[in-house]
This record gives sequence, C-alpha cells and structure tokens, in this order.
Amino acid sequence: MEWSEEGIILATRPHGEAAAIIDVLTRGHGRHAGLVRGGNARRLRSVIEPGNQVHVRWRARLADHLGTFTVEPVFNRAAALIGDPLKLAGLTSACALAQLSLPERAPHPAVYDSLGLLLDMMAGLDEWGALLVRWELGLLETLGFGLDLSKCAATGSPEALVYVSPRTGRAVSRTAGEPYQDRLLPLPPFLLGAQMAAEPPTRREVDDGLALTGFFLSRYLLEPQGKKMPPARYRLRERLGKSPKNLPR
Amino acid sequence: MPRQEPAGPEITRLITLLAKLPGLGPRSARRAALYLIERRAALLEPLAGALADAAARITSCGICYNLDTRNPCAICADPRRDPTVLCVVEQVSDLWALERAAAFSGRYHILGGTLSALDGVGPEDLTIAGLVERIAGGQVREVILALNATVDGQTTAHYISDRLAEFGIRISGLAHGVPVGGELDFLDDGTLTAALRDRRDY
Repeated sequence: MEWSEEGIILATRPHGEAAAIIDVLTRGHGRHAGLVRGGNARRLRSVIEPGNQVHVRWRARLADHLGTFTVEPVFNRAAALIGDPLKLAGLTSACALAQLSLPERAPHPAVYDSLGLLLDMMAGLDEWGALLVRWELGLLETLGFGLDLSKCAATGSPEALVYVSPRTGRAVSRTAGEPYQDRLLPLPPFLLGAQMAAEPPTRREVDDGLALTGFFLSRYLLEPQGKKMPPARYRLRERLGKSPKNLPR
Repeated sequence: MPRQEPAGPEITRLITLLAKLPGLGPRSARRAALYLIERRAALLEPLAGALADAAARITSCGICYNLDTRNPCAICADPRRDPTVLCVVEQVSDLWALERAAAFSGRYHILGGTLSALDGVGPEDLTIAGLVERIAGGQVREVILALNATVDGQTTAHYISDRLAEFGIRISGLAHGVPVGGELDFLDDGTLTAALRDRRDY
C-alpha cells in the first residue's frame, strides 16, 4: 500500500528515541496517522511541527497498518506563528480540534482546504478571529452537525437573529428569544450572511462565536467519543481577553 | 520448542535492563553486557558501585528541581551565582547544555516538560507553581525563558510569561535564528523565517 499527497501536520508525538508518530490532514486521505523514522531527530523535528505544510508518502504492507511516512517540507507555517502568543494559540487550537474531531482516514476536502486557508491568513493578517469561528462552524457542518442560522426557529423570520438554541442549533430572533435569553447562546452578528460585509467583529463577538461553536463541538463531536475540548482552545479563549496586540478583531 | 537462553538469568536480566537504555537495542545490550562482564574489576564493579551511589544519593533540588546529591543543588547553593536572573529550562539536560556553554551566571528553574495537549500535560504537571513562588519571593528581576523553539515549547513560554506578568519583572526568551557557523543554504525554512523576523541592526 502506498500513496503520496500534501498535508498539514496536526499533531506529533515522540515514539521511542528517534521516531515520531504524526497525524496529517490530507485532502484525499483525510486525517491519517503514521510513523516517521527519524522524526525526533534534528533534521525532521522542525518539519513535523503542527500547522506545517508537508508532502508525505505513506507506505504499509496492509491498509489497516499504521504505516510509515516519509516527509518533505513544503511550507513552515509554525515558524511564522510561533512568536505571536495569540496566533500560536489559534494554530494549536485549530490543529488540536481537527485532530480530536475528524475521523481517521475519511477525506474531508473542505476542512483541509479551509484549515490551510485559515492558517495562511493567521500568518499574514491580524483579523483572523472571525475566520477561525467560521472554520469551526464549517467543521460542525462537514461532520453533520451544521447550525441553521438562516431564520428564527420560532417565527421563521430572518430578521434580528441574536440567539441560538442550544437544543436545536437553530437561530432565534430577539423577540422570540427574550423570555428564554438566559438559556440561549448569543449569536454574534458576523455569523449572519447579510452582515458579513459590515465592519469586522469585536473581540467580544469573536469570543461569543467561539463559545457558540465550542458548545456544539463539545456536545456533538467530542463528548459522544468520550473526549474533552482541547486545553489549547481554552487557552485561546483565555488569551483573547489578555493580549494587547494582534488580537483578532 | 521454546528458545533456550544462551546465559543464566542474571546475565539475561543485565542484558534486558541495558537494552532499556537510550541508544541500546537488544543486540548492542548483549555486547555491552559481555564487555562489562569481561572487565569485572575494571568496569563492572565500579559501575555497579556508581549506580548504587547514584540511586542512593541523587535527589531533586527543592528550589530549582535540578538533579544533585545535595539539596539545594550546587548551583542554587553557589553564592557567586546571580540570584536576580533566573533561566527557565525544560529538562536537566538543557541546564547541562547551558552550563557547558558557560555563558550564564544566574540560577535555573527546571520545568520538567512542556505543556502538551496531545500528551495531556497541563500547567499542574509542571513546576510552574514553584516558579511563581520563587518570583513572588521578590529577589528575581529577570526570567529568561530558554525553552525549545517548538510549538509546545513556545506555547509553554507564552503561558509562563502570562503567569509572571503581574510581577512586573523583565521576561526574555532566547533568540531564534542562524546558528554560529551556519550557512544560509543549509538552514531550514523555519529557522530562516525566524532569523529574518528577529533581524537586528548593525
């Protein structure tokens, strides 16, 4: 068995003295794990950092074996993000979430494409917070748990949508949701199609967005598998309130 | 038919234990065991004595978590060391590397690892609480975060710098870039990116 493709490193862990086991997200083979011989050695260590774009060749005797990867660097994104605490938190959060939630060896080209775009935007721009929330929404949708933010679940109106029902994942308008507002999740305006082109979201709105996606990611993707939200994502939300510069707006 | 061991249980045990050492597999462990046995007086017995001494006497320093036969360790007890500058490293091996360079005359703090989402290592698994306690003592004016230039290493460095921000001390990190004697043509993309980003004026 053999294939080769470009991919994004999601996670790396040492295996023995010199080898490493990596999780790579590829377009055609999805999230795929494999052993990298010499992955813990100096030459390859910086290549297999989370977020890096690599070209991998996977080989195994049988399809269900772990198999081995040979890895060639394509683009070192981690180096561009490592010095900025908030961007580093965004990188580790996105990679850890993809690693935890995506099923192994099931291709999800949209998630791969959007993760690459998100990480590239992080490297080049300061306003990437809204994109991260949208990527998480896309992750939910791709895995079958998309939220319906097009109209109010109670009235059917597409106007004044400010809440999301935690039970159904559908938007709720201000008037319909008012009596239950303590039980509903805030819906930040930047997630509504009509308001996309308006001014960039504030930090508070980005955090509301992360709280919204976080709730559904936990409930539908992680908890059923006995997993918890990665600590990197908690640290990202914690940092959103702290970092004085380069905040996603 | 079960394969018969070529030697008695003592030798087999020695080989099994040696094979657990870094850099040694079963084959090289057999060679090492044979080498030791053939040099019983010159090597095997002194080595056994040294191992027994190390097991009995080496302890973790109560201040910096370095390994030494004394507590506090030789570095923490040395009055010539600058107590106002603290270098935070991941492992004892990193402390040894910095001591080999003989470029640092302050004191150390060993974290015992880095934060890692994948391995489930959180702040409570490291010696961060001990570090905060040392800084709260009021003597330290600068903390140098000498952690690996990896995603986990730098995530840990940023986390620690957040935790120490309230003390108003200088927090610095090691520079990343072109190594001494390094040729640009042979450097990886990441190192070149970091070197360009952290360029300095002449």
